[in-house]
Amino acid sequence: MNDGRRDPDALLARVQAEEAKKARGKLKIFFGASPGVGKTYTMLEAGREQAREGLDVLVGYIEPHVRPETQALVLGLDMLARKEVPYRGTKLVEFDLEAALAKRPQLILVDELAHSNAPGMTHAKRWQDVLQLLEAGISVFTTLNVQHLESLKDVIAQITGVSVAETVPDSVFDGADEVELVDLPADDLLERMREGKVYLPHQAERAIKNFFAKGNLIALRELALRKAAERVGAQMDDYRQQQGVSGVWPVNERLLVCVGPSPFSTRLVRATRRIAGSLKAPWVAVHVETPADSRLSENARELLSQTLHLAEQLGGETATITGPNLPDELIHYARSRNVTKIIVGKPNRSRWKEWLQGSLVYELTRKCGDIDVYVITGDRDDKTSSAQQPSPPHASGNAYLVSVLIVLACTLISWPLSYTLAAATLIMVYLLGIVAIASRFGRGPSVLASLLSVAAFDFFFVPPFFTFAVQDTEYIFTFAVMLATALTISTLTTRVTFQAESARARERRAASLYAMSHQLAAARTLEQIAQAAVRHVSDAVDAKVAVLVADPGGAWASLGSETNSFEPGPHDLAVARWVLDHEEIAGHSTATLPGSAGLYLPLRASHGAVGVLGILPSTPWKTIGPDRLHLLETLSGLTALATERVQLAAEAARIRVQMETEKLRNSLLSAVSHDLRTPLSVITGAASTLVDVEKSLDPAVREELLESILDEAEHLNRLVVNLLDMTRLEAGAIEVKRDWQSVEEIVGVALGRQSDQLKDHPVVTRLEPELPFVPMDDLLIEQVLINLLENAAKYSPPGAPIELTASEESGRLVVEVADRGAGLAPEDLERVFEKFFRSNSAIARPGAGLGLAICRGIIELHGGTIEAKNRDGGGAVFRFSLPLASSQPTIPADEAPTGA
Amino acid sequence: MVDGPKILIVEDEQEIRRFLRASLENHSYRVVESQTAREGLLHAAEDHPDLVLLDLGLPDADGLDVIVKLRGWTQVPIIVLSARGRESDKVKALDSGADDYLTKPFSVGELLARIRVALRHAERGGDELEEPIFTLDTLRVDLARRQVFVSDKEVHLTPIEYRLLTTLIKYAGKVITHRQLLKEVWGPDSVFETHYLRVYMTHLRRKIERDPAQPRFLLTDPGIGYRLAAP
Repeated sequence: MNDGRRDPDALLARVQAEEAKKARGKLKIFFGASPGVGKTYTMLEAGREQAREGLDVLVGYIEPHVRPETQALVLGLDMLARKEVPYRGTKLVEFDLEAALAKRPQLILVDELAHSNAPGMTHAKRWQDVLQLLEAGISVFTTLNVQHLESLKDVIAQITGVSVAETVPDSVFDGADEVELVDLPADDLLERMREGKVYLPHQAERAIKNFFAKGNLIALRELALRKAAERVGAQMDDYRQQQGVSGVWPVNERLLVCVGPSPFSTRLVRATRRIAGSLKAPWVAVHVETPADSRLSENARELLSQTLHLAEQLGGETATITGPNLPDELIHYARSRNVTKIIVGKPNRSRWKEWLQGSLVYELTRKCGDIDVYVITGDRDDKTSSAQQPSPPHASGNAYLVSVLIVLACTLISWPLSYTLAAATLIMVYLLGIVAIASRFGRGPSVLASLLSVAAFDFFFVPPFFTFAVQDTEYIFTFAVMLATALTISTLTTRVTFQAESARARERRAASLYAMSHQLAAARTLEQIAQAAVRHVSDAVDAKVAVLVADPGGAWASLGSETNSFEPGPHDLAVARWVLDHEEIAGHSTATLPGSAGLYLPLRASHGAVGVLGILPSTPWKTIGPDRLHLLETLSGLTALATERVQLAAEAARIRVQMETEKLRNSLLSAVSHDLRTPLSVITGAASTLVDVEKSLDPAVREELLESILDEAEHLNRLVVNLLDMTRLEAGAIEVKRDWQSVEEIVGVALGRQSDQLKDHPVVTRLEPELPFVPMDDLLIEQVLINLLENAAKYSPPGAPIELTASEESGRLVVEVADRGAGLAPEDLERVFEKFFRSNSAIARPGAGLGLAICRGIIELHGGTIEAKNRDGGGAVFRFSLPLASSQPTIPADEAPTGA
Repeated sequence: MVDGPKILIVEDEQEIRRFLRASLENHSYRVVESQTAREGLLHAAEDHPDLVLLDLGLPDADGLDVIVKLRGWTQVPIIVLSARGRESDKVKALDSGADDYLTKPFSVGELLARIRVALRHAERGGDELEEPIFTLDTLRVDLARRQVFVSDKEVHLTPIEYRLLTTLIKYAGKVITHRQLLKEVWGPDSVFETHYLRVYMTHLRRKIERDPAQPRFLLTDPGIGYRLAAP
């Protein structure tokens, strides 16, 4: 029953892909078999059609050699000024990407998708410009010839004999929303050429004439038609999937291509891409790192990394696996990834070499089981390959010399032993030497040592002595076995050494990653993250490193000032900006903005780029290389995640503060709405009553109303004073003016100020005689006492005594205000000092819950402490202590009192 | 109809002017109002008020400037009105020549008491006390004989304590800033040594107050100065 049902995941993916496409601009490619078929003309006509329909159309770039009728079409459209770029004394004319982005037309026409930009432009290739335009939501019409498609490069070269340098990744072509084939039969094209309607640059006229041979044109036309048809087929499949059309579906295929350090490998990759394209199958390019790789030359490594890079460009996955046995590793990996087809190159080696080293194709076909193996022909004409073959052993001349010396030493050791031991035993001494050489110097010296050992053994220890002649033919067999054993041992030892080394390298990398992730996990600030990143990344790739984060305002902050960090210049910062905006790698040794000094990787986290990692190599790199790129991506990924974590934590803290503030604001609002409104309504009510019925009012009632107006006004005043004090305390606007103060005096002022509130309570004041003068702010401490006294009066029944005591206790002034009220709930003892806190018993009474918070604020400003406790026998006591000065103020001496 | 002393109110808030006028006229004062400093100075010159009530927060000028300008040509008593928390402004106003201050909000009773004290001091004009014996409740000071009695019992004061007390008596009811007191008692070199005052005031209170922690005679105006309770 599932047959006709559409796969919901696929459907969802399709919806998402379509939504992503909506925001992007649409790409339409006018696709032709060769120059001169009229792509530009067709594109301009289509552009004008769109303009007529009211679209904002801009001609971004048209080749300067446009034909007259093409030019005429342009005249009706807006045209973007071309950018002139000085280059080696001449001026190159280029498409002005920045101007186009600034103008933001709905549709832009950009000729020649495959064009390579002049050095110094934002991107190395025009198709990158186009992608950025699409990214910015601008639709693009462009033109492309079939020979510029990356995957067809080899086929085209075979057909026409011309190798095309300017290529466009197939992913761009495949990703186009629309492809219009502009077709012209070969004869008509040749006719047009004869009429001079096809532009040919003079310098390349001959080459291009060859290119335009009729046979070539027919073949190219066929390729173009086939490519366009493939696209239609793909669209049909899409359609069928969208509409839930059931039918025959290709089985899930996955291709694997095995690549090595050979120029032929790029052909393999392109071929795989073509096959994968027609099968609609994912594919992966795999390089198996074997012991032989340790002897690769720099060039060969470069070639390998280019091949892997090409595979990535063509939409394939890449992987490098390590192991001693190529076919085994390949099959193992293929099985682990459910690969259905393995593509390998046809070996280009002599038969004996194959016999000696084993044939990959043979091994593969023997071991592959149900996996298909495709063998693709190598290129015989490729003479350049020899230069890029694995280079001769790296071992230096010294290594060979030492090997000879070791063999000599073995001979010297064996010489005295030869009298007592059998000749066969002496072979062991030589083998020992070979093991030492193999493990130390690798293959070349060990092979040399093997041969020398056999020779030396023959010369010195096999009769007749001191000749290479052999009496006993039995020794011929001994030599053969000795040589075979020596060679096997040297190969095995070299291999083990290589594996140990690569294991060590891997372990170093893993250890470095572990150390970095460990440090990043512990990092609490962006600075710490940057320090860890700078240290580890610079260690890993031998470069100076910068960690850049952009604040919302767009300003850059460079983090981490270690010895291994660097400050990017203004041009590099612009590159970093580009990287941040596009979340793509750019800069030195990449295709985008390669002119900058440093390489920049986006710090890509789950919610987009959080910053940029800048790399300034100690020695310039030709290319990044997939290994280094993967390592850098891993390291930048770790950095990005840590950065995001810290940023999110900061954000969370900010939100928490905001919520606190919000809560405070709500408490304040409720306090204000309740506590300000209550007295205000009493005042308004009483006053309006007095205005209304003043004459008929009983004098006693009138008196009462006036009293309550006064009382409530006083309430309001205290509330406003408290609010203002709290605000000033929180804003840090309160300055403590410390002066020598007398406790007695301040207590006197506070009692005087609160005399109205205290009229129902007997106040017992107990001040220790000879209390020292205290350095404090009289106004503030007086405020504390007033608030404490007011609280005591408010929360104890009329008639209950209030006790105020002050004493000196171990270098501190201690003041207590005690009441006989209800006391505090144990859980409230600490919380009463919080802002807007009202205990349950306090809810019914006026006040905003600010008084004690103000007290705490003031006491803490004085370096003192304040606490609340319940008293034995009921009631609460508030106690604060202030530090005393070590000395007392000095005053001028006075005379004795007058009189007797 | 009304023939009492003339009071000039310099205050920009209309509501405050209204209640001041109502309560002052009710107590037989004549009232002149002005909203700005400029207008206030003009009225002070033209209407010859007996007392000025000056708000320090005026829209067109700093109240301190008004005091300085007034003191340029008149000794008319000035009572400053200012909000709480602006103690330093009040001290500056007092040191610039204002006679007393009131903290907003204030009660009319307090205002009237201050006005009475200020007018009495102005009437007396000079610094000299006309009565040789000063009496305030249980406190009695014989200025001619330099004797101090509390509840008819003589109290022995040191010369500085005595000078402090008599200075306060001279301005009885009026606030005296720390600076003014220090200058009069210890001399112009000691105007910043406020702790002298704290120490001697404590001594003095212990000698003449019944409960020094709840003084009846020697009152503190926190952050500003001291005053002797009005007789």
